[in-house]
Amino acid sequence: MSVSQVAGFRREGTEWISESSGTRWIPVIGLEVHAQLRTMTKLFCGCANRFGASPNSLTCSVCTGQPGTLPVLNCDALELAVRAALAIGAEVAPTSKFDRKNYFYCDVPKNYQITQYDMPYCSGGSITVPSGRTVRLNRIHMEEDAGKSVHDQGDSTLVDLNRAGVPLIESVTEADLDNAEDAAAYLSALREILIYTGVSNADMEKGEMRCDVNISVHPVGAPWRTKVEIKNLNSISNVVASIEHEIPRQIAAWEGVGPDPVQETRLFDAEKGTTRTMRSKEGEADYRYFPDPDLPPLTASPAFIEEQRAALPELPGARRARYQAEMGLSAYDAGVLTAARDVADFFEAAARLSGRPKEAANWISNEILRALSDDEYEAQLIDELPLKPFDLADLIGLVDKGTLHMSGARQVLRQMMKSGKAAGELVIELGLEQVQDDEQLEAWCAEALVGREAVIEQVRGGKTKAVGSLMGAVMQASAGKANPQKVREILLRLIGTAE
Amino acid sequence: MSARETGGAPLGLGAVELRDRIVAGEFTALEVTEAYLARARELNSSLHAYQAMDEQRALERARQLDQALVDGETPGPLFGVPIALKANMCLEGAETNCGSRMLSGYRAPYTATFVARALEAGAVPIAITEMDEFAMGSSGENSAFECPRNPWDLARAAGGSSSGSAVAVAADLAPISLGSDTGGSVRQPAAFCGIYGLKPTYGRVSRYGLVAFGSSLDQVSPFARCVRDLEVLLEVISGHDPKDSTSLPLEAFQAERPAELQRLVGLRIGVPRQYQGEGLDESVSTVCDRALAHLESLGAELVPIDLPHTRYAIPTYYVVATAEASSNLGRYDGSLFGSRVEGDGSLQGMFAATRVAGFGDEVKRRILLGTYVLSAGYYEAWYGKAQRVRTLLRRDFESAFESVDLIAGPTAPTLPFALGEKTSDALSMYLSDTFTVPASLAGLPALSLPAGFGGAEPPLPVGLQLIGPALSEARLLRVAAAFEATTGHHAQRPTLSAAGGTA
Repeated sequence: MSVSQVAGFRREGTEWISESSGTRWIPVIGLEVHAQLRTMTKLFCGCANRFGASPNSLTCSVCTGQPGTLPVLNCDALELAVRAALAIGAEVAPTSKFDRKNYFYCDVPKNYQITQYDMPYCSGGSITVPSGRTVRLNRIHMEEDAGKSVHDQGDSTLVDLNRAGVPLIESVTEADLDNAEDAAAYLSALREILIYTGVSNADMEKGEMRCDVNISVHPVGAPWRTKVEIKNLNSISNVVASIEHEIPRQIAAWEGVGPDPVQETRLFDAEKGTTRTMRSKEGEADYRYFPDPDLPPLTASPAFIEEQRAALPELPGARRARYQAEMGLSAYDAGVLTAARDVADFFEAAARLSGRPKEAANWISNEILRALSDDEYEAQLIDELPLKPFDLADLIGLVDKGTLHMSGARQVLRQMMKSGKAAGELVIELGLEQVQDDEQLEAWCAEALVGREAVIEQVRGGKTKAVGSLMGAVMQASAGKANPQKVREILLRLIGTAE
Repeated sequence: MSARETGGAPLGLGAVELRDRIVAGEFTALEVTEAYLARARELNSSLHAYQAMDEQRALERARQLDQALVDGETPGPLFGVPIALKANMCLEGAETNCGSRMLSGYRAPYTATFVARALEAGAVPIAITEMDEFAMGSSGENSAFECPRNPWDLARAAGGSSSGSAVAVAADLAPISLGSDTGGSVRQPAAFCGIYGLKPTYGRVSRYGLVAFGSSLDQVSPFARCVRDLEVLLEVISGHDPKDSTSLPLEAFQAERPAELQRLVGLRIGVPRQYQGEGLDESVSTVCDRALAHLESLGAELVPIDLPHTRYAIPTYYVVATAEASSNLGRYDGSLFGSRVEGDGSLQGMFAATRVAGFGDEVKRRILLGTYVLSAGYYEAWYGKAQRVRTLLRRDFESAFESVDLIAGPTAPTLPFALGEKTSDALSMYLSDTFTVPASLAGLPALSLPAGFGGAEPPLPVGLQLIGPALSEARLLRVAAAFEATTGHHAQRPTLSAAGGTA
């Protein structure tokens, strides 16, 4: 990501230097991220937790807040929430509680949201981003999502409650960030962890992960100033754009003749790339938090926490390091293979079964991942391919033994990704088995030597490389099935220069 | 009890006896339902116990039960017994308006767990009863519809908020009914109407399908005219419900039912000093003292005790209950269910206009109070402090129960008061819950039994309240049964005529 140029400012590192005043400003940024948990059902009722169903089709008496209904905690949600906490090295509270956040809005059926206020289930933890900066988390808490208000269909506001009651975790960082790049890197890393651990699909386009930015600016060495919250950013690029807009806006406000920035909530306008006031601090509701009397305190026993820890997969950062150190993979390959958990799992299985991690890595990154974005293949995820890790291991074995040469192996692999047939079966079916029979090979080689005295002389003169053109003739004659290793040996023997 | 002057009609019987006689073939469930519907049609216009009767539904259900009996199905413990439900209880398709204009016309989309259990036991829901709006009140006068009358004197309050359910049983518009008790809403009307009311231990009965008022206090509670019916109804509706996270992980309640009635030798009854004296009507204390003396004559030992924090119970209750209510009642905003007033056309305007028009004064008063005590900056001083006092009240009981088996005293400080007498003075109305609120805050079981009659003309019922440790319902019922077996108060019934008024 490149640093944007803003008129009136020079940038040195993370400092913004006002050209008019010469003042050096530092931004202070914290992020709040909502992520929907990947449960089958909602947080407090049995309705399906699913995106894209027809409006209000995934609702019941509980999540529409019918009088007399009561919430019952979905234990799967707690499991996933705890896994998220453990994945970032946070502490899980043995006891926490649910509170009610009271406010009036039409997409909150009870007019209160069940959330965790002063006793969240998780505190601490951190994520280190590629720049080397460690972003500390203050807390993570569980809460239910609100429904969705649709304002752009005719005169009236329509409400879809399919999302009402979907389980969320809200993670809140300390104000450890000072630039948009690291903010973006933090969000990518968090997203990767959430997806990897199976905690959330974290698809920002579907609203499965949403971000609020808290941001202020202050002159270097001076105390922090009033912060502004930018709400509901639905992509990482919008987070970056909102920060890049908000920093100079706040500096200009502090330096200008107009009013100083006030504590407020702002909305980001993605089309204009600007932020505008949504409500001031005074306009904020008093949420009247209090413990929800319908839900007993939440307990997480040490045994339960350990169970969740055991269910955690190895995280991408750790995997990348291991692939490089133990398997000799390049940083690039390790990055490609760990970007998605299913790919990494596939790779590890194929590497273990074949005993050839590098070959497995090459096949996956050069052929298989490419096929997933190719319309010729139906699969979009590696798990959807009919080709399984042991199939790839078989293929690697056949190449290893010399049964199959590389171009033949590519052909076989492509067929395997379509039909799911075994490699050995396809080699025969496609007639790709290398000819190993010495008599046949010798006949082809002898034929190739006819009329090529010049080349033969070159080889005899020590230019063994020249044998390549002879090999090409043999391969042509054999329709590519001759084992190149053997052909070379035979040619050299016939010419009379053994290596 | 026996079928009374109605010439063999199945009226005036207890629920258990009625059920047994239906099963024995003496009456059909249909005859019973028809008889009760006829009696309600005759008397309800003067009593206003019922706000609605779905006669077709009741008759259809009675017919099905009769057929089930013919088909050899095992009859449940409430087989064919008419039951009246408070208007804050969900029965799928029935109007659950909570006595409020706000929910006028709202039909429950599901059936409450405790109602489903009563149905499973063979009960026939016969009517929805009048109540103080959203269960807030002690006289029935806060209903947005009709105010039930005390069957012993139609000019007097039946108590509240489960007014209609109490009147229904007292006037035999049904043998049994269900109410909900948050701070005394079953015990106080039971006392005013001369019947039994039992608030179970918090968590004993599922709240799923009871429209919430004060969630940490609400308990569904049975009314009956005899102890046997009271305990059977509790057996039917109690037990863990996975749909209510606050319901206790226990099997359904099982009464002891000793073969012969036990004397109360060895039973230590605590008599709190704080439940006597100032604010207590002399006519009430006279009856209660006599009742306590009677328990003593049965072998119990009366032990004076102290519940030192009692005087903080009412203020604590009105912080906790109103805080919870202000949140629970937030959902009534006109957007999803209930009535709507459009207002100025904005969303917030619609919410405001709907709530201004839909809620009555008492509900508004409590929402305001509850909103205030939860507000930023006031929370600690009010709600936080109330929670701490609640703990002190609980400890009062815990230490008392180290030396006594149960606690007894008046259920309400006064005789049934005249309608209109307290409507302009909220505080004096609140004080009628003085003796019932402590057990609510502590989550303890408490039973009001007909202790006798006080006052001059006409004599009015007085209730004696028994409070026990958590889950001691069986003990409370045993003591009530001993009292019942040796007195006749419970058997006295008001005389009613269709013309209106007591004869």
